[in-house]
Amino acid sequence: MDHPAFVQHAVLLSLVLFGLGTLGVFLRRNVITVLMCVELMLNGVNLAFVAFSRAAGTLDGQVLVFFVMVVAAAEAAVGLAIVIALNRHRDTLDVDAFRLMKG
Amino acid sequence: MDAILFYVSAAVAVASAVVVIAQKSPITSAFALIVTLCSLSVIFGLLGSPFIAVLQVIVYAGAIMVLFLFVLMLLNVKREEDAPGRGGRTLRGVALALVTLFVLQAGAVLVGAPAGSAPRFDASTRRMAEILFSPHFLYVFEATSVLILAALVGAVVLAKKEL
Amino acid sequence: MSPSPVVQQLVIAAVKIGVVVGVLLGLFSVMTWIERRALAFMQYRLGPNRTGPLGILQPIADGIKLFFKEEVMPAAANKWAFLAAPVVAVSTALLAVAVLPYGPPFTLPRLDSLPSGLKWLWPEWLRGRTGQIQIAHVDVGLLFIFAIAALGVYGIVLAGWSANNKYALLGGLRSSAQMFSYELALGLSFVGVIMLAGSFQIADIVDAQAGWFWRWNAFVQLPAFLVYFVAATAEVARIPFDLPEGESEIVAGFHTEYSSMRFALLQMAEYINMITVAVLATNLFLGGWHSGIPGLPSQGLPGFVWWGGKVSALLFVFIWLRGTLPRFRYDQLMHIGWKVLIPVAAVWILITATEVAIAGR
Repeated sequence: MDHPAFVQHAVLLSLVLFGLGTLGVFLRRNVITVLMCVELMLNGVNLAFVAFSRAAGTLDGQVLVFFVMVVAAAEAAVGLAIVIALNRHRDTLDVDAFRLMKG
Repeated sequence: MDAILFYVSAAVAVASAVVVIAQKSPITSAFALIVTLCSLSVIFGLLGSPFIAVLQVIVYAGAIMVLFLFVLMLLNVKREEDAPGRGGRTLRGVALALVTLFVLQAGAVLVGAPAGSAPRFDASTRRMAEILFSPHFLYVFEATSVLILAALVGAVVLAKKEL
Repeated sequence: MSPSPVVQQLVIAAVKIGVVVGVLLGLFSVMTWIERRALAFMQYRLGPNRTGPLGILQPIADGIKLFFKEEVMPAAANKWAFLAAPVVAVSTALLAVAVLPYGPPFTLPRLDSLPSGLKWLWPEWLRGRTGQIQIAHVDVGLLFIFAIAALGVYGIVLAGWSANNKYALLGGLRSSAQMFSYELALGLSFVGVIMLAGSFQIADIVDAQAGWFWRWNAFVQLPAFLVYFVAATAEVARIPFDLPEGESEIVAGFHTEYSSMRFALLQMAEYINMITVAVLATNLFLGGWHSGIPGLPSQGLPGFVWWGGKVSALLFVFIWLRGTLPRFRYDQLMHIGWKVLIPVAAVWILITATEVAIAGR
C-alpha cells in the first residue's frame, strides 16, 4: 500500500476533479446538474484531505472528510428542496430563467 | 497490484467526471457521478482509510445520489438543449476554470505538497472514533447533528406545496 | 515443490469464490422450488408436482423456459440502462457475499493414505491447512455490507426508470424509497451487536456469541433482532413489504418490461439478497456456527450443520411470512420504517451503550 507517488498523484487527481467540477458549474444550464458538479468539487476536496492525511500520518484529515460529507449531505438535501420549489414556481430548471435579482 | 488499481480507478474517475460535465442528459450525468464516487472510494481505500472509503459509498453514492436521482425522475427532467447566444460564455467559463486550476496547482507546488507517505498509519475505526469524540472535535460532531436536523426541517418546509 | 504463497492465495480465493457462488446459485434454484411447494401447502394446494417426482425438476424447467423465451425490449426504452439494470442488481447482490463467513473455520484433512497415483490431487500445501469460507477479510466488514446494500438500490432504480413505463417507474421509485428508508433501521440494528462484540468483523461477532444459546444476540439484543428482521424483510422487498413488485397492484412493478433471462437475473438478485440477509442474521444474531450448548462441537463439520440449519430455518420463516401476511400499503410501509423502527433502534442503542459503559467501568 506504499507506492510512494500515490499521495502526489492523488493530490493531482483531486485538482483535476475540482477543475472539472468548476468547469461544469460554469458550463451547465440545468440547476440539478450544477448541483452535481458542486458535489464533484466537494469530492475533489475530500480526496485532497485524505491524501494529506496519509502523508502526515494523522487522522485529522479523515475526520474533516467525515464532516465535509455530512455538510454535503445537508446541502444536497436543502438544495434539492429549493430546486423542487423553483420548478414548481417557474416550471423550468434552466439556470438562466432565474434572473429576477440580476443587475 | 495496488498501483494498477490506483491508476485504473483514477482514470475511471476522470473519465466519468468528464461525462458528468459533458453529457446533455442530467440522468446520465447522475449515473456518471455515481461511477466517479465509487472509483474515488477505491482510491480512498488505497490511501489507507477504509472507514472513509466505505462511508463514501454509504453516504455519497448510496444516499445523496439516490436523492438526486429521485428528484430528477420525479421532475421528469429532459435533455438540456443548447441555448442561443451561449458561445461567448462557454469560452469565458472554460478560461475561468483553467485559471482556477492553474492557480491551485501553483499554490500546491509553492506550499510543497508532500511527496511520500508516513511510515506508520493506523486508520482503524477505533482511532477515528477516539478522535471524533475527543474534546477537540466533540462539539463539532454534536453541531453537525443539529445541522442535519436543520437541513431536514428546511428541506421538508421548502418542498411543501403550501406551508 | 509447492507454489509461491501468492499463487496459493489466489488458488484458494478462486476456489472459495467458486464454492460460494456455486452454492448460492444452486440454492437460488432450490429455493424457488421450495418456496412454491411450501407456499402451495400453506395455501391448501399442491404446487408444482408434474415435472419430476414432487416437482423437483421445476427449477430446471423454469430455467429452460426462460432461456428460450423471446427477449423483448420496449422501443422507447433507454437501451443501455435497460441492459445494465439486471447486471447492476446481480453484481451488488453477489458483492455482498464477499465478506460474509459461510461456516466455521475448519481444517482440511491430511489424507496421507491416498495411493501415490492420486497424490497430486491433494498437494502438500493443502493438507492440514486451516481456513474458513470467507472470501475477503475486510477491517470494516459489516460497514461494507451496508455500503453494498446502499448500492443495491441502483439496480432497481435503473430497471424502473429505463423501461419508459409508468408502472415500472412508480415501482422503481417506491422501491428505492423503501430500500433506503429501511437501510437506516438495518444499520442502527447492527450497532448494538457491534458494541457488544467490539469489532466490525463478522467472524469476531460470531465468536462473541459462543457458549450457551441464551448468549446469542437474538436474546441478548432482542429489540435489535426484531428491528433487523423487519428491516431486512423490507430491504429485500419480500412480502409483506413487496409493494415495489406489487404483483396485483402495479402490474409487476419495476420489472414489468423485463422478460426471459434479464427477468431471471432480477429474480436471482432478489433471492441472493434474501439468502445474504438470512446468512447475516445467522452470523450476527443467532450465534453463527456455534451450537447453543457448550458440550456439542462447533468447529468443522458439526459447525456447518448448525450454521446451515439456522440459515434454512430463517429462509423458511421468510417463506412462511410470504404465505401468511398481506401486503403493506405504501404509507404504512413508510410509517413503520421511519416512525417505528428507527426510534426503537435508536433507543435500544442508547440502552446498550449505557450497559456497555457501565460494564466496562
